[in-house]
Amino acid sequence: MLTRKVPKIRSSEITSESIYLTRRKFVQQGVIAGAGLSFGSHANAGLQSNDDITPERIVTSYNNFYEFGTDKSDPAKNAHQLTTDPWTVNVSGEAKKTGKFAFEDIVAGLDRQERIYRFRCVEAWSMVVPWVGISLKEILQQFEPNGNAKYVEFKTLVRPSEMPGQRGIFSSIDWPYVEGLRMDEAYHPLSIMAVGLFGKELPNQNGAPWRLIVPWKYGFKSVKSIVSIRFTKRQPRNTWNLLAPNEYGFYANVNPAVSHPRWSQASERRLPSSLFNPNRRPTLPFNGYADEVASLYSGMNLAKNF
Amino acid sequence: MVALNKFVKAIVFACLVAPLCWLGWQISLELQQPGSALGADPGEAIVHYLGEWSIRILLFAFSITPLRRLLKSRELARTRRMVGLFAFSYVVMHLLAYLFFYLEFDWSGMWVEILERPYITVGMSALACLLLMAVTSTRGWQRRLGRNWRLLHRLIYAAITLALIHLWWLTKDGFEDLVVYTLWFMVLLWFRWRSVSQQLH
Ligand code: HEM
Repeated sequence: MLTRKVPKIRSSEITSESIYLTRRKFVQQGVIAGAGLSFGSHANAGLQSNDDITPERIVTSYNNFYEFGTDKSDPAKNAHQLTTDPWTVNVSGEAKKTGKFAFEDIVAGLDRQERIYRFRCVEAWSMVVPWVGISLKEILQQFEPNGNAKYVEFKTLVRPSEMPGQRGIFSSIDWPYVEGLRMDEAYHPLSIMAVGLFGKELPNQNGAPWRLIVPWKYGFKSVKSIVSIRFTKRQPRNTWNLLAPNEYGFYANVNPAVSHPRWSQASERRLPSSLFNPNRRPTLPFNGYADEVASLYSGMNLAKNF
Repeated sequence: MVALNKFVKAIVFACLVAPLCWLGWQISLELQQPGSALGADPGEAIVHYLGEWSIRILLFAFSITPLRRLLKSRELARTRRMVGLFAFSYVVMHLLAYLFFYLEFDWSGMWVEILERPYITVGMSALACLLLMAVTSTRGWQRRLGRNWRLLHRLIYAAITLALIHLWWLTKDGFEDLVVYTLWFMVLLWFRWRSVSQQLH
C-alpha cells in the first residue's frame, strides 16, 4: 500500500489524553488542575464520520503565520524565538473595563473545553483540529462592552526582533495583523479563543499563547498571538481586506458558491493529502456549520458580503 | 573543439536534470514514509517546486546569448536549444502536476480555471508560446521558416513576461524571489537593448 489512511481517532481517546495541560504557569497556579477540561454541547458540532483528525505533526508544521515567514514550514522553524511569557493584552474601546491585562488573569478560572473543528483555509486546504478553547463570549464579557460595541477587533503582536517575517523589506503587509468580528459572531457559542491543541498548550507556530478560532470562516480570520482587543462602533478593516479588497472580505464565511480570484472554493484538499490521493472533497457552506450559524446572516447577500 | 562542445553540453545537461533527480528522490522518500519529505501537502510542494525550476531554467535559456558574449563561449551557445526544451518540459510537468493534484484531471474544471483565474490564463499563454517554440525548434523547421524563425522565437520575450505576470499574480506576500527573477530579466533585456543599439551606431 502506498497511500496511507489516517488512523481514525475517536474523540473520546483524545480527551482522555488531554486532561493535562502543560502550561507551566497555569499548573503552578492550579488553574488547570482545578478546572480540567469540560465538554460543552458544541464540542463536536457538525463533525462528520469522514472527518478524521489531522495528525498533530501536520497541524504544528504546516502553518500560515506570515510574521514568521511566508513558507508553510517557516513558522515551525522560527516561532521558537517568540517569548510568550509574560504576555500583556491591551483592551480598549467601547467597554467598561479597559486597560492592560496579563493574559493569565484574563483566562484564569474560565472553562476550557476540547473543541474538534474543521479548519478551512482560503487557499483551499483544510484540517480537523482538536483545540483546547475558551468561549470567546465569556472572555469578552469580562470587559463589559457597552451598547456602542458593535464589533470587536483583534491585533497580533508586533515584535520584529522575534518575528523575522516582520523584518522583511519585500512584505506588503502593514503590521500588526488585524482581524475583526461582529459582536453577535463573537458571542456565538462556536467562537472560541484557543489556548491549546491536542490537549497541550498551544505551540508558538499555532499562535501562542492564544488565538481566535471561528470555524465557519476562512482561516485568515482566526488571528494569532493576540495582544489587543478593541470594541468598536464601526466595522474594523482586516489585514487581507486592506491588501486586496476584491479578494478578501470582512466576513470571509466559507462559501463554495463564491469563487476567489486565485482559488476555486468549491472543493478543498483535506490534509494530509498524499501522492496518490490528493484527498479532495467538496467544501460545505459555512464549512459545515450552517445549521448553527446561517441565521446570523439571514437577509444578507453573501455573494456581496463575502 | 568537439570534445569541449560535448563537455559543456554534458555539464549543462546534468545541471538541468539534477532538480528532477532530487524531486525523484524526495518522491521516493515520500512513498516510503508519507509526509516525510514533501510535507503535509506533497501535491502543492511538487507544483511549486516545478514552477520554481521552470522560471529559473527559462531565465537561464534567455541568459545564454549575453553569456556567450561575456564568456566568448560558442560551446555554451550550442546548448541553447536544449535548455529551452528543458524549460518547456518543466512547465509541462508543472502543468501536469497541477492537473493531477489540484484538479484530479477534472477537464471541465480545467476550462473554468483557465477562463476564471487570470493567473492561470496567463500561465497557459506562456505555455502556448513555449509550445510554438518547442515544436519549431528542429533544424527542419528552422530551414522551412527561414527569416521568420528568428521572429517567431522572439516569443521568448512574451513567454517570460507572461510567466512573471503569472508569478506576481499568484504571490500573496514575500516577494523576494520574484524581485530577483524580475531584476534578472530586466538586466538581460538591458544587455540585449545595449547590443542592438551598439550595432546601430
Ligand atoms: C512559463 C510558464 C510557467 C512558469 C514559469 C510558472 C512558474 C510558477 C511558479 C514559480 C510558481 C510558484 C511557486 C511558489 O510559489 O513557490 C507557480 C505556481 C503555480 N502555477 Fe505556474 N508557471 C507557469 C505556467 C503555469 C501553467 C500553464 C499553469 C496551469 C494551468 C500554472 C499553474 C500554477 C499553479 C496552480 C500554481 C500554484 C498556485 C498556488 O498554489 O497558489 N502555471 N508557477
